[in-house]
This record gives sequence, C-alpha cells and structure tokens, in this order.
Amino acid sequence: MADTSLTRAIRWDTVVGALLIVVLLFSFGFVDGFGNALNLSFLIGNTLPIALIALPMTLLVVSGEIDLSVASTAGLSGAVMGALWNQGMTIETIIPICLLLGVVCGLVNGLLVTRLGLPSLAVTIGTLAAYRGIAQIVLGSDAVTDFPSQYLDFAAGRIGDTFLPKAFLPFLVLLVIAVIALHATPFGRSLFAIGASEEAARFAGIRVKRQKLILFTVTGLMASLTGVFWALHYASARYDNATGLELSVVAAVLLGGIDFDGGKGTLGGAIAGVFLLGALQNVMSLVNVSAQSQIVVTGVLLVVSVLGPRVARQLAVARAGRRAAAAPVSKAPSPTP
Amino acid sequence: MTHPSTTGPAPVLALKDISKSFGAVRALRDVSLELLPGEVHALAGENGAGKSTLIKTLAGVHRPDAGQVLLDGEPVVFHGPGDARDAGIAVIYQEPTLFPDLSIAENIFMGRQPRRALGRIDHKATHAATAALMQRLGVELDPDRPARGLSIADQQIVEIAKALSFDARVLIMDEPTAALTGSEVARLFGVVRTLREQGAAVLFISHRLEEIFAICQRVTTLRDGAWIASEPLAGMSEDDLVRRMVGRDLEELYPKQEVEAGEVALSVRRLTREGVFTDVSFEVRRGEIVGLAGLVGAGRTEVARAVFGVDRWDAGEVEVDGRKLTNGAPSVAMAAGLALVPEDRRAQGLVMDMSIERNIGLSGLRTTVRAGLMDRRAERSRSLDWAVRLQVKYARIADSVATLSGGNQQKVVLAKWLATGPKVLIVDEPTRGIDVGTKAEVHRLLSQLAADGVAVLMISSDLPEILGMADRVLVMHEGRLTAEIPRSDATEETVMAAATGRAAA
Repeated sequence: MADTSLTRAIRWDTVVGALLIVVLLFSFGFVDGFGNALNLSFLIGNTLPIALIALPMTLLVVSGEIDLSVASTAGLSGAVMGALWNQGMTIETIIPICLLLGVVCGLVNGLLVTRLGLPSLAVTIGTLAAYRGIAQIVLGSDAVTDFPSQYLDFAAGRIGDTFLPKAFLPFLVLLVIAVIALHATPFGRSLFAIGASEEAARFAGIRVKRQKLILFTVTGLMASLTGVFWALHYASARYDNATGLELSVVAAVLLGGIDFDGGKGTLGGAIAGVFLLGALQNVMSLVNVSAQSQIVVTGVLLVVSVLGPRVARQLAVARAGRRAAAAPVSKAPSPTP
Repeated sequence: MTHPSTTGPAPVLALKDISKSFGAVRALRDVSLELLPGEVHALAGENGAGKSTLIKTLAGVHRPDAGQVLLDGEPVVFHGPGDARDAGIAVIYQEPTLFPDLSIAENIFMGRQPRRALGRIDHKATHAATAALMQRLGVELDPDRPARGLSIADQQIVEIAKALSFDARVLIMDEPTAALTGSEVARLFGVVRTLREQGAAVLFISHRLEEIFAICQRVTTLRDGAWIASEPLAGMSEDDLVRRMVGRDLEELYPKQEVEAGEVALSVRRLTREGVFTDVSFEVRRGEIVGLAGLVGAGRTEVARAVFGVDRWDAGEVEVDGRKLTNGAPSVAMAAGLALVPEDRRAQGLVMDMSIERNIGLSGLRTTVRAGLMDRRAERSRSLDWAVRLQVKYARIADSVATLSGGNQQKVVLAKWLATGPKVLIVDEPTRGIDVGTKAEVHRLLSQLAADGVAVLMISSDLPEILGMADRVLVMHEGRLTAEIPRSDATEETVMAAATGRAAA
C-alpha cells in the first residue's frame, strides 16, 4: 500500500510516534515521579478528554473542516448535567439528555456549514462563544460536585493497581471504531477525497454535504460525552469546564500529521500527537512549569505541528525528485517578482 | 544587433545539440532549434516528447546538461527565468496567472510602475503605457479594468502585453488556444501576426494541427526527446506531420463504427436552469454517439452537469434507462447507470493528491465493499484491470495521478467511469489538451463502447472530432438547443451556422 500521500503521512506519523517514545523514555529516566502507576494514570486520565474529541476532529480535519466549538459543547454539556442534577433528576436520565444536546450542538454547526455554505472556522468560533454563554446562563457560577460515587469512581479510578484508568477501555473501543471508520470504510475513503478535492469528490458521486453533516453531528456527540466525562473525572460541573480544550485538540491532531488543508493523515498519527502533548503537559507539571507557560508550549507546538509535516513532505518530494525526476514537472509558470 | 548573414536572417535564439536528463530519463537528446525574427515556429510532438522541457530550457527554468543556447549567435547561460526574461524571452502559458483584483495596467507593470515624487505610483503614466501596448497589439482592452472576470483569451492578451513591456523579442506560447473559442483563436492569431510583422520570433505549441498550419511557417518535431525534423510547413500535409510526431501511420483518427441504434437510454425533457439553459430536450439511444456542439458558454457543459446532478435544474426531467433521476443527486444518477467524464480533469475528474488506484476506486465505493468495509483487494484488481484495459502508462498503480501525462490522466478518468459499467456515458471535451496518439485511442474506445451498446453523449469544441465521431449532432446556442443534424448532413458550415445562431438547420 504505497499510496504516495499515505507514505508521506506515515513518515510524519513515524516521527511523532518516535518522538512520543523518546519523551516517555526520557521522562521515565530523568523526571522524578513520572514512572509510578499513579502518575501515569493521571497522565492518561487527563489526556482522555483531548483524545476523545480528537477522534472525530481527525475525521473533520481530514475532510477539510474544523470544529472549534467542541470545548464549549463539552462545557455546556457539563453545565446542563449539573443543573439537572440539582433539580433532582437521576444521572441515568441526565446523561442521555446531555448527549442529545451535544448532537443538537453538532447539528447546528453542520447545518450552518453545509446548508448556508459558511466556513466552519467562522461558524464554530461563533458557536464557541454561544455555547459557552448558554452554559453560563444554565448553571451560573455554581459548581456541582455531589455526583453518585460509582460514576465518579468510574471516571477517576484505575483498573486495580495498574496505571490504566477505568475509562481507558471504553476509549479504546471508540478508537478502534474511529480507525475503522476512517481507514477501512467507504465513508472514510470519501472523507479523504472530500478533503483533497471537494469538487472532484462531488463529481465522483460522493454526497459531500451529507458526510460533513454526519461528521459535525458525531463531533458534537463526542464533545458532550467528553463534557460528561470531564465533570465526573474532576468531580466538578462548572460552566467553564474544558475551557480552551479545543486548542489542545487541534494542536494534537495537527501535530499528528493531519493536514490542516484536508485530505491527508492517519488516526494513529493523531493519537500519537495527543499522547505526546499529554506527556509533555504531564512532565511540565511535574517539573513545576506554570499553567500559563504550558499554554505557551501548546501554542508553539501548534505552529510547529502545522510546519513540521509540510517540511517533511517537501523533503520527501525533493528526495523523490532527485531519485527519479521522470515525472513530468508541473506546468506552473515560475514567476519572477 | 543582427549579424550579417548570407542565408537570410540570423536566428534570434537558437538551441544547439541540447541534452537534458532527469535521473535516468533523457528528456532531450541533441535537440536543435532556430527561431528567426519574423517567423512563427511550431513545436510539434506527442505528450512526453520533450516539448515542456525544451520550453523550460529556453525560459531559463532548466539548465541543459549539454549543448548551447545561442542568443543573437552568442552562447549564453540562463541562471534562472529572470535571465531569460532580461534577454527578451517571454513565455505565455495556457492558463495565465494574473492578480484578479488589480487592473490590467497594474498587472502589466506589477512591481515596476512608473513613479512620481515620493515614490507614489504614477497611474496616468501606467495607464498610457498600457494603452500604447494594447494599440500595438491591435486590441481594445481598458487598462483600468480589473483582471477579474477577463476571459482566458483576454488574460493571455494581457500576458502578451506584459511580455512586450519587457521588450520581448521571443515569445513562447505554450498551448495558448487550448481553452479558447473559435473567435478568440482568430483574434489571438491576429495579435500573433502583428507581432510577427514587427519582427518578433514566436514559438507556438498546439495540439490542434489545423492551427499549426494556419499560423506557422516552420515546424520542429520532437519524438521521445529526440529532434526529428525542422522544416517549412508549406507543402506538408497534416498526415505528414502526424507521421513525424508518432513515427508511424496513424490508423484513422476517427474510427467510427456503424452501429444500429437501440432503445432510448438517456432522455432529457424540457430541462431548464434559469439563466443558464432553457427547455432542452433530447434523447440518446443505446449504441449511439451523439455530439453536442456549440460555442464555449452556450450551456453544453451546464446541461451535462445538471443531468448528472452536480447542479440542480429548475424544471424538466431526466430519465436514464427508464428511471427518473433525482434533481441534484449524482449518486442517484450513478446508480441508474450514468457516468460523466467532466470537462476539467484536474479539478473535477481526479483527486490529484490520490493514487491512480484510488482515483479509479472512487467510483466503486459502493461496490468494492465487503461487510461494510473497503475490500482493498477487490479495489486494487478493479483499478488494475481498467488501467490495463485502457493502456494507461504508469510505473506503479499506487503512484499519484499527478505523475501522469495529461493523456494518461484522461484515461484514468475514463477508467474510473467505465469501471462502473455505465449505460450512458457523457464525455465533456474528452480529448482536450491530449496528444494525437492518445486522442485516436480515446476515439477508438468511445466507438467500441457504442458498439457494445453504451449510449454516448459527446460534448466537444473540436469540430472535426464531432463530425468524425457523432451519429447525430445537437447544437446549442445561448442556452437553447438550436439544431439536430444527422451525420449525413453535418458539415462545419451547418454546425457553425447553428452554433452561432445564424440559421436554423
């Protein structure tokens, strides 16, 4: 399977995967308190929200779109969860309501993008503000913390004495589903085509708008699931839960080699990017880097992650060009300024 | 500046025994070429013959491995396109790249506008200089008009004017007519003749042989990177030239087989898209090739897009094999057995970032599936099968389609659609910009498909192609179907008369 776009992406995947291993090995060896099971479970548990949203976000970015409202959807979902809990509803009723709310949030984004033809970047910056605002209206500045203990335990506990959080297994199931959806189904194949050339995809009979609508809706659903998980994991439902999480998600996905312009990347790379970012954040906390500085690092990583795959790709092209420049050179006029 | 010579005018620009290799591929082998002042010189050859490499060598993009570039008889070395431009060599590409939001004048003098005090741009002087250039070319274009919205033909004129503003003496025109209508070609040729009379040397590349014979005095032919001949065109026939290019006698260029037309496969009734086309009705039967002629902008492509469902229609209906199609739903059209090979293969026909295998596979996302998952083995064998059947020339099926020549890319688009086993095939400009050899292959293929019972609707601006291939010719003019001409009555005159709205046939 040597699809050129794929092999190039795999090269970057490999880079990120190798980097992740290097960071992990380094941290095991040199960072105090990194290697014990408790810290590792913290690392994974704190990274899970990013990882959960990164699954649908990867598919969205591959198809050439983006959703920046995910963290607000998660916050809204947590706020509604807290408000309904205060009303005395059972958690078993509340969670489906929150998930349904996420579906609606995603559907709104998707309809604005596909029916009105608006750019998703602009639409979801708008809903980023709107959903967070609604969250604040719903819950005010309350913090709801008294959720049932078996749920809190599920979201925060580990499997026995291992370093794996209990919530890791459900995540693995979702990961496998996402990998299959993107890399082994006609749906996933159509996303790559849409991202690389929406017009050509349309001329191939691919239902571009429908696929995008599905993606935005699933993204909303996953964001609200993350919001529920967040509130339980940290035993705190507040309107400002997960604020800024979209930055980490996008940074991690791009770091994993998903091309911002769409059409390229693999979920494996994206997940490697997620855990690389998570590991770095964990290590920075251990060595007492302030939260503000951590955001700076995330921002720098975001820029590097947009730049890195491009440089890697250009190097690959240059190498391929030197090996066998048999391919006809593109007809682009070389303008001289 | 000119050197005295006993054998007529000395060449302005010459290539002497130029060789250029890319890795193991020898793109040019000992190629020579002389461009005389006041001549239009054709460069002929199939895709992959080395024309692009030769142009890029002249333009300073490539540096030759061996041989000399002579400017006014003196050897020169171009270190980049800037050197070539300073030496008075300009290249006009098929698709010009202007800044859409700047005016024509600003585009021409980009970065070197005449200045007034304090470095302010002197708009009046820029305007005047542009107007002078337009006058020299004998065309009327308002210098203050923004480039956005200019036709490709006008954009090329702007590029030519820009070249003149650099005092270009050698103009290289790389397939300038590929996207032009008949009248635009005529105007471009008028400009080229004006330049020739002013003593410029023009190197002209076109796949349309009749254009070469219409405008050029001499022709240099390349084949597989080697120089074949440089000779006057006077006295040559199109067949002679084709033989030089392909190195053998082409079988008939339009191998139309006689086929008994079967039942109606495509039926379009009173189709209307407001402001684009109106009340279009026609049928295509199994085994028929129906040509759809008309000027660019007459609405032919738009009808095809609406029939396939990429655009919506406002009124009317379409049936494929007796099944009514849903408005604006290509997936329904595909399921009914309709295939469309679109006009723009790079933007619409192919996903350029994807491999040959996956591009062909895109039309089979519904069929090469097992238990909801992609059946990669089935996808590969389907793609390989069709790539081989259409004789696509590729190194590996997993290579990007971007590595293929234009003709082979077009074959991949055809493979992608033929793999769906269509009952109705619409091809929009199926041979635009591809070489004669591949063109004949595509024609043979279309003819074979019709013989196998496929209904073919062929949109083409290439009249000989329409006349040679079609059983019936439909003609559109300004959004309406103006004529239906049987093969026996179809001539350039009858078709053009209907296409220009001069007479109802």
